Amino acid sequence: MASVAQAIRMALHYGETNLGVKDIFGQDVGAPLGGVFTATQGLKTAWNSPLDERGIIGMAMGIAMGGDRCVAEIQFADYIFNTIDLLKIAGNTLWCTNGQIQLPMVVMTPVGAGIFGSVYHSHSFDAWASRLPGWKIVMPSNPLDAYGLMLSAIQDPNPVLYLKSKALMRHKGEELIPGEPADEKELKAMIDKPVQNAEGWKPRWPDLQEYLVPIGKGKITRSGEHITVVTYSRMVHLCDEVADKLAQEGISVEVIDLRSIYPYDWQMIKSSVEKTGRVLFVNEDTEVTNFGEHLAYRVTQELFYQLMARPRVLAGKNLPGIGLHPNLEKNSVPQINDIELAIREVVAEVP
Amino acid sequence: MSKKTTVKAGGKASAKKTLKSAAKTSVKTSKKVTTKKHDFGGLSEEILLRMHDLMVKSRVLEERLIKIYKAGEAYFWIGGPGEEAWGVPLGMLARKGQGLEHDWFHLHYRCTPTMVALGLNMIDSIRLMMNRATDPSTGGRNFSSHYCFPQWNVAPVTSPLEVQYPIACGTAHAQKRAGKKALSIVTGGDAGTAEGDFASCLVLASRKGQELPLLITVQNNGYGISTPYEGQHGETHIADRARAFNIRSRVINGNDPVETYLALQEEMEYIRKTGKPSFIEAMVTRLYGHSSADGANKKPQLFDPVLSFEKRLIDAGLLTEKAAKKIWEIYETEGVVAQEQARQEPVPTPESVWDHVYVNNENADWRKF
Ligand SMILES: Cc1ncc(C[n+]2csc(CCOP(=O)(O)OP(=O)(O)O)c2C)c(N)n1
Repeated sequence: MASVAQAIRMALHYGETNLGVKDIFGQDVGAPLGGVFTATQGLKTAWNSPLDERGIIGMAMGIAMGGDRCVAEIQFADYIFNTIDLLKIAGNTLWCTNGQIQLPMVVMTPVGAGIFGSVYHSHSFDAWASRLPGWKIVMPSNPLDAYGLMLSAIQDPNPVLYLKSKALMRHKGEELIPGEPADEKELKAMIDKPVQNAEGWKPRWPDLQEYLVPIGKGKITRSGEHITVVTYSRMVHLCDEVADKLAQEGISVEVIDLRSIYPYDWQMIKSSVEKTGRVLFVNEDTEVTNFGEHLAYRVTQELFYQLMARPRVLAGKNLPGIGLHPNLEKNSVPQINDIELAIREVVAEVP
Repeated sequence: MSKKTTVKAGGKASAKKTLKSAAKTSVKTSKKVTTKKHDFGGLSEEILLRMHDLMVKSRVLEERLIKIYKAGEAYFWIGGPGEEAWGVPLGMLARKGQGLEHDWFHLHYRCTPTMVALGLNMIDSIRLMMNRATDPSTGGRNFSSHYCFPQWNVAPVTSPLEVQYPIACGTAHAQKRAGKKALSIVTGGDAGTAEGDFASCLVLASRKGQELPLLITVQNNGYGISTPYEGQHGETHIADRARAFNIRSRVINGNDPVETYLALQEEMEYIRKTGKPSFIEAMVTRLYGHSSADGANKKPQLFDPVLSFEKRLIDAGLLTEKAAKKIWEIYETEGVVAQEQARQEPVPTPESVWDHVYVNNENADWRKF
């Protein structure tokens, strides 16, 4: 099975081969490194940009304006903050020009905690991203979705922000990407650059097929009756694990992997909450103010009389940073125990 | 071009006739003008008269916009009166059109002269000023001078200073790949060069072996709103900064359309030939202050590039006072008529706020997801 990093790499290869992607660029994105998480290794259109995040986003906007397709990377979301007004502009260009100028571009960036990355390799960006009208925002939780969302992002005529969890880069899924060899070792031999004697190395790409995950469509990863848990990215796996555990006690948890932050799959949330009457939103961005709050607000507005308990948001604590020591990180972003506790509380609540 | 523009946009029939004949004269005697007393750098009479015509048009248009503001028919004015001698030659010399084989423009809010030289109709600037739904640039969404004309590769002018500089690197990169010898042009003010985006542009444009076909320019009018140039800059010339990146660079008198024309021509040729960037710092005049926020009144003590060029042409016998006066009148009439027309035109509807958030008006309103 491919890892998320390999899946992204294969998607980008598919993009430059079949979808007209002409530039894949960012800091250390090109040879020799191929990205700090190897997600851009061996790609023919990958190149190294200067160490300048604003230059990267500005350049991507210009390339898109000129009519070419590109995928730009910000090496870590922790360093995307100085580009925020350019992201605003990329998001408002179509609108400001009354529909005249489209900016079809993909910006990808690793996000979140989970690898003890300390203060500046742990930031989340989903709550910030949700405040960038004009952008579509996706956040895959597994390799197949990482592949399918990247292909959708590349084909989308709007700017798309692709938030990839650092902690999931080596995560392997359960489903094969169409064209991916079933043998993991074979895939590695084909597309991973050898650590030694890599001179002259070229990848041998599998015969990849198009596979699209529509932007705006979630996925139910666990079906259940008693509570709906809406989450995305890394937290999906923690929530699934809790759901499996609680199932043994007869607590039936429905887990929704939202996959897209904007547009989001309200219909999926709605029908699930109508069924369960209880809902918990889980993500790791800071809690004030948090995208989960928007969803919780909407649930109270539209589904109030179907609710059996107060909707709840479990998010990162409202702290200036995530400290390095495990005691600090674990007390900053939701952990499996926190999720379990929150689910138990919401399920136990009596109206 | 002035002939074409005038005929297309001209108000009254009599006005049309006068300019047509003026243009005819110029074609007839079209030869390089160099006398000892009047040095026009070898530019033809046709070019000189066309420049003058467009400079007047741009000035009259800006003055019309200011009048519209002062009459309470617009919320805000910002523009480029005083930059005609710089902006008009720029618009005249570029390879105009849509697509990577044509030049790209990444302009700031003082670019009306360039737009006029590209063929902007007065009314389209007035529609933008008066936020009409018919405003082709923004549909009534943005300030005056925030032009966007994809058919001429004019990227949207945005308010945040300096962001156009790295964006211009993107179109230049795509143009280089297309291999049609087109270039990207970026303009901005002097104070804005303190932003990091200016440095980003110098870095991106000049990387060895990956140089970009980019004409990087700064219009130095000596101020950023109220803050004078002195005290904000350690460098002698902003152009000196380009030299550190091995970018060919020069300072020119942007108040002189002849000097500007010749310099631009040379630099554009260099860029097309080498595929490398070039830098021009043009010294210009902020003739009506920063914007309507500081009154938008003409500063009589400052150099007026339009009037001074007109005087030069008259002194050299290339233009008569009468003919010059006529040109001003024609454009004045055109502006008045355009304002009257724009006043009648529809304004954006409240519901239209949701239009064009996403391509093809895909639903942007979460209430409807
Ligand atoms: C990033 C940013 N900061 C501040 C402003 C507000 N502002 C608008 S114009 C201006 C001065 C610009 O001066 P300069 O770059 O010299 O250009 P000029 O207006 O003199 O042509 C300022 C500070 C802005 N538009 N964008």
